Amino acid sequence: MTAPASQAARPVLDTVENAEATPEEAQPYGELGLKQDEYQRIRDILGRRPTAAELAMYSVMWSEHCSYKSSKAHLRKFGERVTEEMKRNLLVGIGENAGVVDIGDGWAVTFKVESHNHPSFVEPYQGAATGVGGIVRDIISMGARPTAVMDQLRFGAVDHPDTARVVHGVVSGVGGYGNSLGLPNVGGELVFDSSYQGNPLVNALCLGVLRHEDIHLASASGQGNKVVLFGARTGGDGIGGASILASETFEDGVPAKRPSVQVGDPFMEKVLIECCLELFGADVVEGIQDLGAAGISCATSELASNGDGGMHVDLDDVLLRDPTLNAGEILMSESQERMMAVVRPDKLDQFLAITGRWDVETAVIGEVNGSGRLTIDHHGQRIVDVDPKTVAHEGPVYDRPYARPEWQDGLNANGNIAAGLARPGSGDELRETALRLLGSPNLASKSWVTNQYDRFVQGNTALAQPDDGGVVRVDETTGLGVALATDANGRYGKLDPRTGAALALAEAYRNVATVGAEPLAVTDCLNFGSPEHPDSMWQLVEAIEGLADACQALSVPVTGGNVSLYNGTGEPGQIDSAIHPTPVVGVLGVLDDVRTALPSGWRTEGLSVMLLGTTRDELDGSAWADVVHGHLGGLPPQVDLDAERSLAALLVAARKDELEVAAHDLSEGGLAQAVLEASLRFGVGARIALEGVTGRDKVDPFVALFSESTARVLVAVTQDHEGDLIHLADEYGVPALRLGVTGGDTVEIEGHFEIPLDEARETHEGTLPGIFG
Amino acid sequence: MGRLNSARIGVVTFPGTLDDRDAARAVRLAGGEPVALWHADADLRGVDAVVLPGGFSYGDYLRAGAISRFAPAMSSVVDAARGGMPVLGICNGFQVLTEAHLLPGSMIKNDHLHFVCREQTLVVANANTAWTNEFATGQRITIPLKNQDGQFVADDATLDRLEGEGRVAFRYDGWNPNGSRRDIAGITNEKGNVVGLMPHPEHAVEPGFGPAGADGPHAGTDGLAFFRSVLASLVGA
Repeated sequence: MTAPASQAARPVLDTVENAEATPEEAQPYGELGLKQDEYQRIRDILGRRPTAAELAMYSVMWSEHCSYKSSKAHLRKFGERVTEEMKRNLLVGIGENAGVVDIGDGWAVTFKVESHNHPSFVEPYQGAATGVGGIVRDIISMGARPTAVMDQLRFGAVDHPDTARVVHGVVSGVGGYGNSLGLPNVGGELVFDSSYQGNPLVNALCLGVLRHEDIHLASASGQGNKVVLFGARTGGDGIGGASILASETFEDGVPAKRPSVQVGDPFMEKVLIECCLELFGADVVEGIQDLGAAGISCATSELASNGDGGMHVDLDDVLLRDPTLNAGEILMSESQERMMAVVRPDKLDQFLAITGRWDVETAVIGEVNGSGRLTIDHHGQRIVDVDPKTVAHEGPVYDRPYARPEWQDGLNANGNIAAGLARPGSGDELRETALRLLGSPNLASKSWVTNQYDRFVQGNTALAQPDDGGVVRVDETTGLGVALATDANGRYGKLDPRTGAALALAEAYRNVATVGAEPLAVTDCLNFGSPEHPDSMWQLVEAIEGLADACQALSVPVTGGNVSLYNGTGEPGQIDSAIHPTPVVGVLGVLDDVRTALPSGWRTEGLSVMLLGTTRDELDGSAWADVVHGHLGGLPPQVDLDAERSLAALLVAARKDELEVAAHDLSEGGLAQAVLEASLRFGVGARIALEGVTGRDKVDPFVALFSESTARVLVAVTQDHEGDLIHLADEYGVPALRLGVTGGDTVEIEGHFEIPLDEARETHEGTLPGIFG
Repeated sequence: MGRLNSARIGVVTFPGTLDDRDAARAVRLAGGEPVALWHADADLRGVDAVVLPGGFSYGDYLRAGAISRFAPAMSSVVDAARGGMPVLGICNGFQVLTEAHLLPGSMIKNDHLHFVCREQTLVVANANTAWTNEFATGQRITIPLKNQDGQFVADDATLDRLEGEGRVAFRYDGWNPNGSRRDIAGITNEKGNVVGLMPHPEHAVEPGFGPAGADGPHAGTDGLAFFRSVLASLVGA
């Protein structure tokens, strides 16, 4: 095939010179997503109109996705509320590809959660697959070996006709890509709610491990250093609005319409991981950046603006999958599995030898210089000449209007008591309620999903789903490792986004402590509606406030993350115009020996089952209100961060003293769900008495069983350690009481009901396979 | 081959191999010396046995194992295996062995069409191979299983021959996780030096990180015996 572009001796390009000569030429900035004032600002920065290629770069880099223009002003709070004490374990904070946390003995970990929501609705398999691919490359870019992944998934209602399409595609995509990379999937979230219909959320988290001295950063320094693009070739996939630039503006007669969802090649990514690790090991990389959103535009402008000089790039040297691509398309292409490195000239041969050994195609496309500018040539003509900082870092920042939604008060006033939701009273009713929750799609066993993911690869997985956190060994000689948990309850977020975000942190923090790890750091993925709607913007601002305050209170810093906006398709101003506010919060903790991490259930008889924490009548937004009554209203459970902090300290101390043999956090579905899950974990039942809780906390059996009060954990201890645990709990100021004893093949709530484990298992495990096959 | 701890076990890395580091760890924990072998290098570096680990070599884009079998390292492995060197193919490695015609049959997509990851119980059907001599025939073991293309298929004549000659090394116990013919999880060649299986012994070698075992969750180490077996067979050789 002969490329039409090459038929012309010298294609007519929109050069810098041409842009200067034709200031009045109309440009399609609106179609590229730029507002009139943003376009004017680009003209002001450049002192002329942008070339078509420059317009392409600015438009993608100033997009919400790349520039965080609506959230930036608020996200600063995460940094502002980080105290010196919180920084003590931080090696790299917010702003790089991912944060890096010191875990001791010279080891560090890097982790981040990111969204790939919109592509996953359009093309669920590739959207989810490339979501995993993107976050893994962020982790490689820090110099780390990717070590584990987790996925946080939210879909529409289980019974909606479109949901199965998205579920099957996303789950196979996460699995197909992650399994092929050899990354154990150690946990995640799976939620069905009609608010996500049409706006599913696919968030993916990756953990990486490195030695302190191996940290790499995205900066292009050192004049004369080479800019190297390696990995997959650049193709026409993943170009959004850029195709508008094609055909009309520069090279006529070129096919321009291509799929806008990227297509992943996990094999290429796996090779790229190993290749990059060998490059790092050989010390031939000065700076590195992965290519994700906005492709070469993003990588060149970020590398150049983080460096100390300028950069020149020649687009003719970019290896193309499709030779007909024009300059704007090459700059905006989001072809996957590509990396950009800055390499010293004397190390270039060694660099090329390593990429050659891995059969990874590599091209030197430019050089670092002292110009302070990012210049790009195509076909020998200058098509970009910009200050890279204006592209990468100095995009617009908006203080979007936000206001408490008009419907919020009504929602909050309509709690479960005000709404008159009938509460079960008799033993039979309580039993039926427990089983309905246990088998409901959001509380049912997730193994239909997790059994499609490899959790064994790398041989370092100490705990994975359904335990409270994923636990991964870092150091084979000592057993040092980390625990990870993520959480977000969108229903709580809807009722009160500020509290909802704090509760998401509280639960992830509690989960990490429940397995016995000391919580150290946070990553977050803020999934919200349109920032142009004051309702959604208010939810975002409230959630950021709530999360920043809670991080400070728990002394765990946010190290990085991602914001996904425009997750809404409804009429603005309505209660259902967007998804539930879903601030996914991931907490990382450290364990001196991962083999001592606690599973979420007991496997022997005769253990004492203890409840830590206090139960209140808190059932607004609960699983009970949702599953039994289809109701959402009122206010979420109280968040008590002092109580969470004491509880976590107790759990870490108890694990170190080897007092407990199992621990499981109480969350959705309350105590009933927790006892059933802990019993099903290894098929050993329990006999539980509620009198201790109902008497001490002044609640009835229904509240004791189904309330979602926070800062509560169920633990199992051998009887000879019962006194020690109560003593230790007292020291930490955590209420503790004995609920009962493990054993038998039923869960018995004394005086109320009994459920055989076989029946519970069938209910719990049958749901998702029954719906999705 | 004299002393046990001097046995050198090669682990081949193809582009897309995932479990090479796990296989090397398993060799080390069993008391052998793991030796990294590279697909593009025909030199087997004087190893006494070879493991072809799991993964998705070349992305499995053509047919699992179909490209890897042409690697220079594989030519040497095929020659060495025909000369009696012990070779173990795990998952993708098993697929490579069938493509290389060191073992009969082939693997197709699982009958339920999903990737499956589970703790799998197997029955040892032949404890007389280089890789299974530390087991007893009929013994039940549990090791992880994880694959997308794990359904072992062959024509009836081949299956009859495999069964008749005692060359079925492992069968799935209970649920057959991928629709494999006659519940076959692993097979051996006539000499018993080449063994291929879909489940992963290298993920069940260390307490704390494997499948459930008698001593609790993650405590299972049934995979270790594969690697101890080969060391024992090398000492005996």
